[in-house]
Amino acid sequence: MAEIIQGRTGAWEAVIGLEIHAQIISRAKLFSGAATTFGAEPNTQVSTVDAAFPGMLPVINRHCVEQAVKTGLGLNAEINLVSVFDRKNYFYADLPPGYQISQYSRPIVGKGKLVLDMPDGSSREIGITRLHLEQDAGKSLHDQHPTLTYVDLNRAGVALMEIVSEPDLRSAEEAGAYIRKLRSILRYLGTCDGNMEEGSLRCDCNVSVRRPGGALGTRCEIKNVNSIRFVMQAIEHEARRQIELIEEGGTVEQETRLFDAAKGVTRPMRFKEQAHDYRYFPDPDLLPLTLDQDWVEALRRALPELPDAKKARFIADYKLSPYDAGVLVGEQASADYFETVAKGRDPKLAANWVMVELYGVLNRLSLGIERSPVSAEALGGLVDLILDGTISGRLAKDVFAAMVETGKGAAAIVEERGLKQVTDSGAIEGVIDSVLAAQADKVAEYRAGKEKLFGFFIGQVMKATQGKANPALLNDLLRKKLAG
Amino acid sequence: MGALTDLTIAEARDGLAAKQFSAREMTEAYIAAMAAARPLNAFLVETPERALVMAAASDARIARGAALPMEGMPLAIKDLFCTEGVLTTAGSRILERFMPPYESTVTAKLWQAGAVMLGKVNMDEFAMGSSTVTCAHGPVESPWRRPGDNRPLVPGGSSGGSAAAVAARAAIAATGTDTGGSIRQPASFCGIVGLKPTYGRCSRWGIVAFASSLDQAGPMTRSVRDAAIMLKAMAGHDPKDSTSAPQPVPDFEAALTGDIRGLRIGIPREYRLDGMPGEIEALWQRGIEWIKDAGAKPVEISLKLTKYALPAYYIIAPAEASSNLARYDGVRFGLRVPGQSLDEMYENTRAAGFGAEVRRRILIGTYVLSAGYYDAYYLKAQRLRTLIARDFAAAFERCDALLTPTAPSAAFAIGEKQDDPIAMYLNDVFTVPVNLAGLPGLSVPAGLSRDGLPLGLQVIGRAFDEATVLRVGGIIERAAAFTAKPAFPAGGG
Repeated sequence: MAEIIQGRTGAWEAVIGLEIHAQIISRAKLFSGAATTFGAEPNTQVSTVDAAFPGMLPVINRHCVEQAVKTGLGLNAEINLVSVFDRKNYFYADLPPGYQISQYSRPIVGKGKLVLDMPDGSSREIGITRLHLEQDAGKSLHDQHPTLTYVDLNRAGVALMEIVSEPDLRSAEEAGAYIRKLRSILRYLGTCDGNMEEGSLRCDCNVSVRRPGGALGTRCEIKNVNSIRFVMQAIEHEARRQIELIEEGGTVEQETRLFDAAKGVTRPMRFKEQAHDYRYFPDPDLLPLTLDQDWVEALRRALPELPDAKKARFIADYKLSPYDAGVLVGEQASADYFETVAKGRDPKLAANWVMVELYGVLNRLSLGIERSPVSAEALGGLVDLILDGTISGRLAKDVFAAMVETGKGAAAIVEERGLKQVTDSGAIEGVIDSVLAAQADKVAEYRAGKEKLFGFFIGQVMKATQGKANPALLNDLLRKKLAG
Repeated sequence: MGALTDLTIAEARDGLAAKQFSAREMTEAYIAAMAAARPLNAFLVETPERALVMAAASDARIARGAALPMEGMPLAIKDLFCTEGVLTTAGSRILERFMPPYESTVTAKLWQAGAVMLGKVNMDEFAMGSSTVTCAHGPVESPWRRPGDNRPLVPGGSSGGSAAAVAARAAIAATGTDTGGSIRQPASFCGIVGLKPTYGRCSRWGIVAFASSLDQAGPMTRSVRDAAIMLKAMAGHDPKDSTSAPQPVPDFEAALTGDIRGLRIGIPREYRLDGMPGEIEALWQRGIEWIKDAGAKPVEISLKLTKYALPAYYIIAPAEASSNLARYDGVRFGLRVPGQSLDEMYENTRAAGFGAEVRRRILIGTYVLSAGYYDAYYLKAQRLRTLIARDFAAAFERCDALLTPTAPSAAFAIGEKQDDPIAMYLNDVFTVPVNLAGLPGLSVPAGLSRDGLPLGLQVIGRAFDEATVLRVGGIIERAAAFTAKPAFPAGGG
């Protein structure tokens, strides 16, 4: 499990914890009624509360609390019936009140766990330390004017969940798998869209290195990494940097670093950027947040089936491999797609068609499954034609390609192009006879023991029937004729 | 009937109802009085046109028999309340041009109750002070003078402009805010009634914040009945303020039965300070006799932690203020003094925008919240606050209200105590514990000092029991029969 990094002086392992900032799906902000639509004109979604005008007061958005609790339940975490909002004080131009309202000592969600699905089909449990609610800051735009900074407050006050993992991750791959899994759960719950490009999921990585199983090293925090690929690169680089530093006799300083995506390296933040004393204290404008146990239980009952449960069900009900089940449940849409195709059909065949043929096409066209050119019902129709022997699996691929191209159903394409499989044994026998007659010397060789010529005869017959001969029937009849 | 501006709200209400005068006439009288009172520097902004429009609306409602509870009452509004389209500075240079695009909940409720806005009144900068000397717009003078002594006196603070305006008959009543005594101490200094309601009774929405867990708006009036009438109009749950209480608002005026027979009135032993002037002690004794005469029973009680209230307050209030005032950074509104960098702009803006007392409290507040000091100061102060509240709760198991002096002295001259912040902070020694416990407190004028200056007594009640506080206050008011008038306007006492 733990990935060993070979240094000059021996083996090392990385110890990684992640802090994910996930933007809550909500029409209004955490403490104001202003809208949250992404990409709006600058400063068009700002209330006097967000801009911290004198005398303005925050009022908690109930929906955001519900989203945080749902997420906590989805992470199998303790829900704290009493939590407290604190002020995190620092000055910055895009932080209007001079403080961020966050939860410091009493978060809304406590310890939980998340199961990683590793590529080899194994799984591993990662601890969740906590989840708390906080406000986002606005955005400083430094590139709009040669000497001035512009400030866009649309994002100021938008609700975030900060989800903190235990330092249980041991490699960049695991970190990537963790984020993918967390994002999958958030999307199933509908609590965060997980869109890293738009900044609705952002990641801070805490990385340290140690001798395998040894005492923990000093950690560095890499702030605000905005894609899974960059998270993995940043961790990879940071772990190697620390190992090299220690092996050269240096020591790791606890510090905050930034990932330079262009160079693929991490570099320290300027000293000033990290020398904050945030002077946390309970926000006197807000009462402690108290939740009703019954309300929490009602939310628990209303949770959708989540990836882990779905995966287990796919393995049990559809007899899929853990790997296939894991891939299919990664997104709710693919799981639903698969189930539509599999319903009343051969699940393994359905899984194969979804994961190999469909995913191949979607990858090639860079489309999400929601925008698949072939609907789940249409793919089901194709699988039906394979299962009832109308077309062979080989022909089905051509039919599928035509479906992608034309948007027509499988049956219509088979009909149109006359691709219907020949299952009339008389007709197949006729073709076999003429092939064998034309290849008399090959027949003799075969009968003399060169049995691998069998495939050659199959190919000849298929060629003559434009691939429409039922493969099983052909196999059968050919064997009899050659034996005969 | 004397001058219109001598009437209380209750009297004016009757006069309007009986059509003895119109709201317009009364407002005009106050506009003239407001102009005449300019030497006091109480009003920062006068809004006579707006007042006349509002008075006309009042007259129209009176004419069709639809008079509202505060119909036609010309009010002075403390400059801490945001008033839509009317300059709101909180007494600070940093907000010198701030024009709020919104109206505070409390003032909006007063206008909905028919009241008339005369203007905005001066105050200690960001409500930090007990003298109304620490304002960007110059000090307010009390309308009172020591007889035979022409030195100007402070009106108390921070709601000093409110108290001066009401005492000088330049407003029939005023809004105040009270974080550590800022309604009650100036009421005591100026010989008027000031009520700090229970924390959460009035919405804080739209009031420039000083210390959010302590700030509370309240009425400043010339009679206890007026305070009852005005509180009813100001109070009520506001969904825009999470700390406002979802409590019903009773008819406070109906609580003024004049009957306190059988009530147990606590006399806290610890409020008898060493070195307290004898006249304060004597006044308190008279108060005890008055309530006894009215059939209530004085009960000696102990509030053991009283001496810790001021230190706890001067940690908690500055801590909250240091954070609340961070928004005055020159970025979005108010004063901006440019600099070569963002940090320099902050420094220049805040250095130019904040006065010495505000800067002092921001520094104290920042310090007590800093890493390494938080536990020793802020956390300890919060624990004390909890214990002080428990002290009061225990006392209220043995009594129904408490009676104390409002302040340890009468008004002092402008300039006195100015270079001694601790002496200044001691003004609030009797009022601060009430804010820490979130309880209602009322100051009622009860007599004159040897120097001929007003002194107030304070009635403290259970949370959300302003009714009892007002009822006891009414007894003090009647027994004290305080009729002295300030030297200003000329012709006063």
